Amino acid sequence: MTKYLLLKHYRGAPAPVNDVPMDRWTPEEISAHVQYMRDFADRLEQTGEYVDGQALAPEGTFVRYDGTGRPPVTDGPFAETKDLIAGWMVIDVDSYERAVELAGELSAAPGAGGQPIHEWLELRPFLTEPPTITE
Amino acid sequence: MDEVLLRSLTPRVLGILVRRGADFAAAEDAVQDALIDALRVWPVEPPRDPQGWLVTTAWRRFLDATRADAARRRREDRVDEEPEPGTASGADDTLQLYFLCAHPSLTPSSAVALTLRAVGGLTTRQIAQAYLVPEPTMAQRISRAKRTVAAVRLDQPGDVATVLRVLYLVFNEGYSGEVDLADEAIRLTRQLAAAIGTDHELGSETAGLLALMLLHHARRAARTAADGSLVPLAEQDRSRWDTAAIAEGVEILQAALARDRLGEFQAQAAIAALHADAPTAAETDWVQIVEWYDELVRLTDSPVVRLNRAVAVGEADGPRAGLAALATVDDSLPRHTAAAAYLHERDGDLATAARLYAEAARQATNLAERDHLTRQAARLNTLR
Repeated sequence: MTKYLLLKHYRGAPAPVNDVPMDRWTPEEISAHVQYMRDFADRLEQTGEYVDGQALAPEGTFVRYDGTGRPPVTDGPFAETKDLIAGWMVIDVDSYERAVELAGELSAAPGAGGQPIHEWLELRPFLTEPPTITE
Repeated sequence: MDEVLLRSLTPRVLGILVRRGADFAAAEDAVQDALIDALRVWPVEPPRDPQGWLVTTAWRRFLDATRADAARRRREDRVDEEPEPGTASGADDTLQLYFLCAHPSLTPSSAVALTLRAVGGLTTRQIAQAYLVPEPTMAQRISRAKRTVAAVRLDQPGDVATVLRVLYLVFNEGYSGEVDLADEAIRLTRQLAAAIGTDHELGSETAGLLALMLLHHARRAARTAADGSLVPLAEQDRSRWDTAAIAEGVEILQAALARDRLGEFQAQAAIAALHADAPTAAETDWVQIVEWYDELVRLTDSPVVRLNRAVAVGEADGPRAGLAALATVDDSLPRHTAAAAYLHERDGDLATAARLYAEAARQATNLAERDHLTRQAARLNTLR
């Protein structure tokens, strides 16, 4: 079993095929999209492949240490940030092929006109613990 | 087996152990062990005297743990093997536990966790589930909280206002899991109101908080659609409101208001009661609601209250008046943009409203609100 992170981007991924901002969809199209995402997660829970999923607010802050006795420095949000994560889902699957299959399904979530968004999702394998048997 | 009945005995059993000389942290562990024993044993052998059973079992658990400890630390002589039954009343014990678990030295998240375990009788696992954190994290939070309050004496009068804030948090911020935290908050507030009585300086505010919870809980079934989306108050199917909870909330609130010790929870409950009282959204008495918001501004001077007041003014005196009231409120507040969008829509400026709804969706702090606000923007954009 390998865990994969499915990353959804606000910015930084190539443009999807069906590229219409959500507030330009109809309310029914939004509902259909939300339902699709919910059903997808439910199905993965039933197959025993779902681990976690969270959405992130678009605006964050950069923080760094600024020396002893000084408060951390904060900066941002940066309008020019090229890569902005919108949320993630963690899945635990048997193979890379299965992970790709699931990411493909998630990317087919309906958008404007009820058509699949074809959104680019980033698939990143987790680094795991070393195996016990190595030879 | 009635698990809620079992848990309702928790504070009394814990109070008895503490009065017998057990320190709070050890007694709390022992009661938790006894509750888990009860969940296992009672379905097979229901006890004739549930409280007596729990006290005996918890005391035995406490002695076992102390003896194991004593082997290392030689302190068993602090514990009396056959103690006299305590004499102080159960209500006093319960009250002292509320004070301890919501002690001002605790952070809000620690106070919430400790209250749910030591007063509410929930297991660490249940609390962890409710707040979506791993069980060891929650166990650690609870044991740190117990260490923080270890030196607090249980016979000092506590801070009721802090207890009320903790219960408010439990009601307002439950997430998931097998225990319904809203129900649990109502149960704990009801128990607190009974223990504190009506003569206490904050007895009316305790009743006010209980009324506030009941009145909001009454709307729960109507608050989300079948697909999980939020349904705003004005669009809720009022026939799905829980009339028994509303009747109880209104009755408790009226009795509290009659004692003439107004506080913010009573004022908030009064606003909820006015909504509950309206057969349709159009019949809402917005003028009275604005008056209650004025009262709340006087009591709390909170910017969030001013924001909500501006929306109520928009209903009572028209959207222009609402926008004028909103202009005096700090625009960095969460929901400020959403309120502005709503008032602009009511004022007929759909383009501005749609733009502001989309902006409010980007600022939303939870998914349900974000989806709701995006739908509002989409609805207006579809109309135009």
